[in-house]
Amino acid sequence: MNKCVSAADAVSVIESGMTIGIGGWGPRRKPMALVRELLRSDVSDLTVVAYGGADVGLLCAAGKVRKVVYAFVSLDFMPLEPGFRKARETGSVDVREIDEGMMLLGLRAAAWGSPYIPTRIGLGTDVITRNPDLQLVDSPYDDKEWVAMPALNLDVSLLHATRGDVRGVCEIAGPDHYMDDWFARAAKKTVVSVDELVPSDYFHNADVARRVYWERNLTSHIVHISGGAHPSSSDPLYGYDMKHYKEYAAALAEGGYDRWSEAYLGDSEPSYQSNVGGLEAIQTLPLPVY
Amino acid sequence: MTFSLAELMVCAASRSFENEGEVLATGIGLLPRLAASLAMRTFNPDMMMTDSQSFMLSTPNPVSGMASHSGQANENWMGFARIFDNVWSGARHALVGPSQIDRFGQTNIAALGGSYEAPKVQLLGVRGFPGNSISHANSFFVPKHSTRVFVTGECDVVCSIGYNPDRLPRGYTFDDIDIRRVITDLCVMDFNGPDKQMRVVSLHPGVSLAEVLENTGFEVAVAPNVAETPAPSAEQLALIAELDPLNLRSKQLKDNPPGVRNPNEE
Repeated sequence: MNKCVSAADAVSVIESGMTIGIGGWGPRRKPMALVRELLRSDVSDLTVVAYGGADVGLLCAAGKVRKVVYAFVSLDFMPLEPGFRKARETGSVDVREIDEGMMLLGLRAAAWGSPYIPTRIGLGTDVITRNPDLQLVDSPYDDKEWVAMPALNLDVSLLHATRGDVRGVCEIAGPDHYMDDWFARAAKKTVVSVDELVPSDYFHNADVARRVYWERNLTSHIVHISGGAHPSSSDPLYGYDMKHYKEYAAALAEGGYDRWSEAYLGDSEPSYQSNVGGLEAIQTLPLPVY
Repeated sequence: MTFSLAELMVCAASRSFENEGEVLATGIGLLPRLAASLAMRTFNPDMMMTDSQSFMLSTPNPVSGMASHSGQANENWMGFARIFDNVWSGARHALVGPSQIDRFGQTNIAALGGSYEAPKVQLLGVRGFPGNSISHANSFFVPKHSTRVFVTGECDVVCSIGYNPDRLPRGYTFDDIDIRRVITDLCVMDFNGPDKQMRVVSLHPGVSLAEVLENTGFEVAVAPNVAETPAPSAEQLALIAELDPLNLRSKQLKDNPPGVRNPNEE
């Protein structure tokens, strides 16, 4: 089986109105090349579920998003993500704002085929008052009230992995796979961009096989794009591009999404990469130290 | 011995982790992280801390001057999903810096002003505050004590549960909520006033009680015999310098004020 396709073909599984999950965390290992392909498409009206960074910011700025399901949208060193901030402050997106752990529970519920998972998280806070569709339920085992965190069923998840083979086996070689395995399990289809395409026997090494966090039958499509996480990091291959994040923020502030897309997006990933200094520059970005 | 206000606050905040034992301490931001690190290096060597990325460490990393994560004292892998397993077990104490704190100890890091649908200023989002606040101990670090932080009404977005009878979930009591300390640039407070009211415990050198009350948007209790916040010891200052070799702590508070303020300077 060969699941390798172009970014455009992979992203064509996403239709307007769908609910998509995006892996990674803030400025870390985001499938940004796949997001850019979405930006080049005419898809809109999306519901986006993510531990958000510029993926969410760009999709909001481009007017692709109806609703964001989030606990934060942040670039860490730049705490306030500029695209998302503008979308919120102009009231242009609907939101379901939940706790980071609640999102994990919602993905697990979807993965396990449960309608919800009971949790204490959210009790006493505006997560409950601002999400009227979040139900409180009784427990058959105690007299407390519980939050019924509903399953976050996803149509498509977009992930970025360090390496993968044509059958969809993916290695995350960085220090954390975040919730990417749950995004894969919660979705009907999962598209994974990889920095390196490797032969299947690469995974024979047990240490490598331990860095595979979901089974290949969960990977629908593999897209080989070196540097595809830029401007987010793909540890251990390259760090995040602080300079480009600043250019992105400045472009949005000066001329909105159009200013950024005219200067950087290009009509394909090679043209994007040349607009931000080239693949070699991406691959030599230093790893962040926390 | 001279010391900065930042160093005084770090030492005061480190006391939050006294008698904690084997609890994961998480300080968000440079000074809170320095405070947790100092606690682990002094009175609570059993404490647990991560590298802020994905590993638990047997001794804390410096907060500045580190060129890479290689060579650090790893103890176990601790990715973000696993952090939540620890959070929900209750064996954690977070020291965080909210943008707003109200009289119930509820906090806000999500958004300010306007409406919920279109806030005047979008901040981070609720992040992990709802889960943290109902699962484990929390303390707050406030670099600039003012009525903008200690708001008169409720927080614009209530991100963490506090001692608010109107929001108390069914089956819960105030004993299920554990807010420990508030460390500001003026004083140290706790929530041991009547009905869990916020209470001034110690004033930083040269700070008056009136100054604290003036800059707090709600009534606070005052502990009997309010003490002066203890000055850092030579040992503490040496460890702080070791944990922050680039002296980034001097850039965290505006103009890096001295730890002992001269009341005549006002």
